[in-house]
Amino acid sequence: MRAYLSVFKLRLAMGFQYRTAALAGIATQFFWGFIIIMVYQAFYSQTLVSPPMALHQLVNYIWLQQAFLAFIALWFRDNELFQLITTGNIAYELCRPSGIYGLWYAKLLAQRLSSAVLRCFPILLVAMFLPQPYRLSLPDNLGTAALFVVSLLLGLLVLVAISMLIYISTFITMSSAGSLLMFGVVGEFLAGMIIPIPLMPQWLQSIVYALPFRLAADFPFRVYSGHIQASEALSTIPLQLLWLAMLVVIGRFSMGRVLRKVVVQGG
Amino acid sequence: MKLFGKYLLILFKSQMQYRSSFWLLSFGQFIIPFSVFAGLYFMFERFGQIQGWNFFEVALCFGVIHMAFAIAECLGRGFDMFSTLIVNGEFDRLLVRPRGTIVQVLGSKFEFTRFGRLLQSLSVLVWAISRLGADWNFMKAVTLIFMIFNGVCIFMGIFILMASMCFWTIQGLEVANIFTDGGREMAQYPINIYQKWVTRFFTYVIPFGCVNYLPLLYILDKTEGPSAQYMILPLAGCLFLIPCLLVWRFGVRRYRSTGS
Repeated sequence: MRAYLSVFKLRLAMGFQYRTAALAGIATQFFWGFIIIMVYQAFYSQTLVSPPMALHQLVNYIWLQQAFLAFIALWFRDNELFQLITTGNIAYELCRPSGIYGLWYAKLLAQRLSSAVLRCFPILLVAMFLPQPYRLSLPDNLGTAALFVVSLLLGLLVLVAISMLIYISTFITMSSAGSLLMFGVVGEFLAGMIIPIPLMPQWLQSIVYALPFRLAADFPFRVYSGHIQASEALSTIPLQLLWLAMLVVIGRFSMGRVLRKVVVQGG
Repeated sequence: MKLFGKYLLILFKSQMQYRSSFWLLSFGQFIIPFSVFAGLYFMFERFGQIQGWNFFEVALCFGVIHMAFAIAECLGRGFDMFSTLIVNGEFDRLLVRPRGTIVQVLGSKFEFTRFGRLLQSLSVLVWAISRLGADWNFMKAVTLIFMIFNGVCIFMGIFILMASMCFWTIQGLEVANIFTDGGREMAQYPINIYQKWVTRFFTYVIPFGCVNYLPLLYILDKTEGPSAQYMILPLAGCLFLIPCLLVWRFGVRRYRSTGS
């Protein structure tokens, strides 16, 4: 465990080096947030049917999405790991005395965490002081806030477990482009990154609820904005744990399988 | 022009060396805007309209802007990646050659994989046109082509402007994405749905409004008064390109090599 922890710490420190990049990222995300909110505002302004999600809930949803982009974006990747696999340097990793799954998991987790920590606080802080209707409101009570934090962190663990599968698939395909593409595009759509899940048509929602993608992004954000009640949230958190366990088991198993077959060609 | 053609041929050959990667990337460029478009479709399925615009009208707008962006990104990739030329000092080599810098940077990169995006936007455009039921005539067709052409000019202008910034900052600026990717996402809806200050900025400073909202009114017969002015409005996109090119020339003149 200590080995994983120190890998985690190292990565965290590395991520904090890129402060200017984070600043530029923040500016970009603010712009995105504004544009998206304005589009929804336009949609909501003349609607005849009552939408399944109130505008202020949607605004919270969007700001959280922007703030925690690093937690939820599947295209966020570590090219180093891909290069390890394609160049054959994976051999060094195999020599290490700790399990490769845990090691990589810690690496990826720290990377996302450092990037999100740098970006989320400024965005959340500024968004809270924006004029209405753009303001990010606080959760209704402390219980909701606590549930949000728990579900967000569990969601992050689920997401990293999903992204591990992308890296594992690279062992078989040798090119990261394909799996990254499919996971990225399809996964993000199903996570509610393009349009929020409550606004999707019914048939699509039933597909989305059967898959783990929404647990990382959509679920915690709706808990925050009060769109998902506390009782429902409490019953979904075990589901998160279940998916996490399942994904890690699948990941470890398939990693073991591909590693047994891996052929390193010199280099 | 002949030189540019040669550049293209060489780049095409080199990209075709990695055939499967090429097809995958093209497919990716097709599927990414497709998912955005699917989102758009579902939104309209729920809400029916956005401030009086219906789905096919917005789809037309989407098609025009995405097509313009795809073409501009194909052509302007060299400007988009320009900071690397500056950082490792390769721009010096361009300067000593007896040709203009613009054509050389244009020719330094060309993303053929963006044809995937082009194809996607083209199919959206055709679908929207066939379902719109506006009565088409020669003038409107010309307007549509103007819209796309000048959309390309605007995006190119932004690419060139951002590349010129590299003369001062050396580094590439991630903030540039606000105006390229952000501009694309924003302009895929008719621009009058936004707040007034956004609409103004993107009409008078960066003339997206002149290539999507105003001519769209004309094509959909929502205008009053003479139509000629709506037809030539997209040409503002060309005008936008001029100051961008001037900034570029100014930048080239005060360029100092990083030396490496």
